[in-house]
Amino acid sequence: MLQIVLAVALSPLLPVVIQRVKALFAGRQGPPWLQGYFDLWKLLRKGGTYSRTTTWVFRAGPLVNFACLLVALLILPLGGLPAVVSFDGDWILLAYMLALGRFCMVVAALDTGSSFEGMGASREVQFAVFTEPALLLGLAALARETGMMSLSGMYGELALTGEVPFRILLSAGMFILYLAENCRIPVDDPATHLELTMIHEVMVLDHGAVDFGLIQWGGALKLWVVGALWSGLLPLGALRHPLALLLAGLGGLLGLAVLTGVVESVMARLRLLRMPQLLVGAGMMCALSLLLTFR
Amino acid sequence: MIAALILLPIGAAVVALLMESDVRRRRLLVGTAAAHLGLTALYWCNPPTVAADAWLGFDSAGRIFLGISSVLFLAVAFYGAYRLGREQRGRQAEVDTGMPFINAPEAVYTACLLLFLAMMTLVAASRHLGVLWVALEATTLTTAPLIYFHRQPRSLEATWKYLLVCSVGIALALLGNFLLVVASAHADGSGGTLVIRELVARGAELRAPWMKAAFVFLLVGYGTKMGLVPMHTWLPDAHSEAPSLVSALLSGALLNCAFLGILRTHSICAAAGIGDFSGNLLIVFGLISMVFAAAFLVNQADYKRMLAYSSIEHMGLLALGAGLGGAALYGALLHAVNHSLVKAALFMVAGNFVAAYRTKLVGQTGRALHWLPVSGGLWLLGVFAITGSPPFGTFVSEFTMLRAAFAQGREWVAVVALVALGVAFIGMTRTFLCMALGPEPGGGKFEIAEKEQRAAVIPALVLMGMSLWLGLWIPGKLHQALAHAARLLGGRGP
Amino acid sequence: MQDWMGNVLIALILTDLLLLGSSQLRNAIRLMAVQGFVLGLLPWLAHGKLTGAALLMGATSAVLKGGVFPALLRWASREIHVRREIEPLVGYIPSLLIGLGVLTGAFVAGARLTLPWASPSPLLIPTGLFTAWTGLFLIMARRKALTQVLGYIVLENGIFILGMVVVEAMPLLVELGVLLDVFAGVFVMGILVFHINREFSHIDVDQLDALREETL
Repeated sequence: MLQIVLAVALSPLLPVVIQRVKALFAGRQGPPWLQGYFDLWKLLRKGGTYSRTTTWVFRAGPLVNFACLLVALLILPLGGLPAVVSFDGDWILLAYMLALGRFCMVVAALDTGSSFEGMGASREVQFAVFTEPALLLGLAALARETGMMSLSGMYGELALTGEVPFRILLSAGMFILYLAENCRIPVDDPATHLELTMIHEVMVLDHGAVDFGLIQWGGALKLWVVGALWSGLLPLGALRHPLALLLAGLGGLLGLAVLTGVVESVMARLRLLRMPQLLVGAGMMCALSLLLTFR
Repeated sequence: MIAALILLPIGAAVVALLMESDVRRRRLLVGTAAAHLGLTALYWCNPPTVAADAWLGFDSAGRIFLGISSVLFLAVAFYGAYRLGREQRGRQAEVDTGMPFINAPEAVYTACLLLFLAMMTLVAASRHLGVLWVALEATTLTTAPLIYFHRQPRSLEATWKYLLVCSVGIALALLGNFLLVVASAHADGSGGTLVIRELVARGAELRAPWMKAAFVFLLVGYGTKMGLVPMHTWLPDAHSEAPSLVSALLSGALLNCAFLGILRTHSICAAAGIGDFSGNLLIVFGLISMVFAAAFLVNQADYKRMLAYSSIEHMGLLALGAGLGGAALYGALLHAVNHSLVKAALFMVAGNFVAAYRTKLVGQTGRALHWLPVSGGLWLLGVFAITGSPPFGTFVSEFTMLRAAFAQGREWVAVVALVALGVAFIGMTRTFLCMALGPEPGGGKFEIAEKEQRAAVIPALVLMGMSLWLGLWIPGKLHQALAHAARLLGGRGP
Repeated sequence: MQDWMGNVLIALILTDLLLLGSSQLRNAIRLMAVQGFVLGLLPWLAHGKLTGAALLMGATSAVLKGGVFPALLRWASREIHVRREIEPLVGYIPSLLIGLGVLTGAFVAGARLTLPWASPSPLLIPTGLFTAWTGLFLIMARRKALTQVLGYIVLENGIFILGMVVVEAMPLLVELGVLLDVFAGVFVMGILVFHINREFSHIDVDQLDALREETL
């Protein structure tokens, strides 16, 4: 249970970490460490404004997305530490939770009837076409490699046995997935304000107040969820103590955030046309790691 | 002795590259060819015994193909020395397209011709499949610059196709060689070999499934080079765009080299007890090639392309004979000899036509018998020789193969082959007669660009004469060698 | 040792996939160089120990395929100003997807084809098959003559990998002969690319279509 509390409580830190790394590279100071909490506090107190053309779907979107991520957290192990709930095939549920969250956000964006949001939604779905198979392939590879069918089992087993090339391939693929799922550079630029080039930010243009707060918080949680999938691939076999495992998991998430900040600082956003190539590349690496388990 | 046969042309090639004078270089070409033929004749008169495990050495099959290459090369060298002397310097216009071009340096051209001879000798001498592969790939590389002698777009296109298609094909053959090693190795992985003699001797213990896979790859690989349909795509282009003497060598000697590679593999298959499998594959490829080529022979507008398709047809016939085995294998070997003589003669005559009429199109020629009496006469005789009519040698060899097919109870194979031969006969005769006797374009005002010279027709005359001679009487030594080679390769004498 | 071999082979598969998806000729040449260089490690990994023959084979192959060929192609691409494949006959993403399918097939084939003896690595045959296929595919699905030369080299690489299965049986002399032939082949092709560029002022091979059948 501690994991979920930690996730909900600490996740707003992650975007700030990324921003501060970027600021460091640019020679600036960056936002204060608690900026994420300040933003949430501000947004959650505000009263909302809704367009007359929107319906309940518009309001439900962020809420369902947030709920989906919470469910995902329930079955998600962190750093080799088993999850709260664990059953065979829960990795498929995880993939579907992420997909359902995305679906609701897309539908909410379409509900506004604005062409901007529609464009963002279309891109979001277009890239999901590439990322979702990649995620499923990667998780399937994990299942084959370890012979386990639940996330907790897979990550627990992998910490003990996984081979080096398998780990490298899968973590490379997963890292690209992490960037894509969380709309980071080189897939999307969360800092830009040019609607024509954005994906995620343009989708949530009409959301405000509590809804937007939930979206921000949800985004932070997604960084946590996909990040946990990645940091579980680290070779942590030597650790036994639960506290050590937990700290290692948190450290992995933090390190991943720093790494993302570095990538965002040194790379430019890819052109939209080149994006599928990158995502297919990620899928290839996941698929290759799956194939390697068949030898 | 073997070293001399191989190193002589290589040395001459180096000298040819360094030589300044064109005239002396042409003499060198003819001289080397004559010396090579002399050595070959020595070999034929008293063949030394070959050590069992030697990688190089001429068994009877190798001797036959060495003989073909050597005789053909001398004829072509003689003809080539004359043709090179007639080549214009500087910029000139290509026939038909009018595309301006210059020639490749003659030194490189001559050196490539000589290296090609060396590599063909090496192919014939190879008793190790790895060496055979290396030599066959080397023949591709040395002939590619020959096709691109006239530096103009069409010959460049043909060269590119030739090089790429054959290189890819031969790469697959290398894979076949690896599979063969797997098939021959002992259970602990040792003892894999590519020495042909050893493979045949250990036939019974070769692994059949791997052996089959190896044969398929080798057939596709060497079959590409041999011009079996559907891997033939490079062949008509290369033959029509290359200078005629190169076409003669490609058709008469190079295709045979690839055929020898296939024959060697087939003999190993026969020793391993899967001769039926490999034989049937050869028959299928042979029949497809014959039927396909016959269809393209009818109404062919370019006479050099027509000769090229005729080569595909004859290669199909060779594959068919090899696949049938038994006495048909003897026929196939004899046919390889006959076809080379006739086809090389025809290509040289075609070269005379190109020089005289300045075109490769059938429709732009005519009354050859009037304008070029000897060439025209050879052309008329040649059509009967190449379509396998008596009294030429091709008739004997084709008859041997078809009789074997009937004797084996494979009537359908024989019937399909006969139909293809018939179609080819009709198609080719019509075109050849049009060219020799039909009216020339432009009516009375027509004038040929080059009068017939003695040097241009003598080589073709000699080769055609040899083909006629083989049709009437096969010399004892040749008969013995053919029969022995047929037995060696898994068939039997007539 | 076997683990190392597996890692090297996985690296080779990755270079194949990247080759299928790369449009910049310079990147493709660089990938080919990496592949050729890594290939040089295989002979002694397959032997299990460092013999003189394996060392010679590996070093020759690495120098040739990792150094000489890439330098040759890079020089050629600079001379004739070809930087990228503009419109491949098969797009990059379809190429990758087809490649994935073939890779799966290669793994299945590798599992089916049981060698009579222990192979140096279970990945050897799939990697070799896939690399050879990648080369063939590049020859067929790309337009530029230079890319086709590159494809031919990759095809040879694949066959070289497959040859590791029988590394004990191939005499060194023949192996070196094979390498020499490949070298000469690439060299002649390189020269022809120059000529194609000069004659046609482009190297799009699909426009070489003057030679075809005509009837009377």
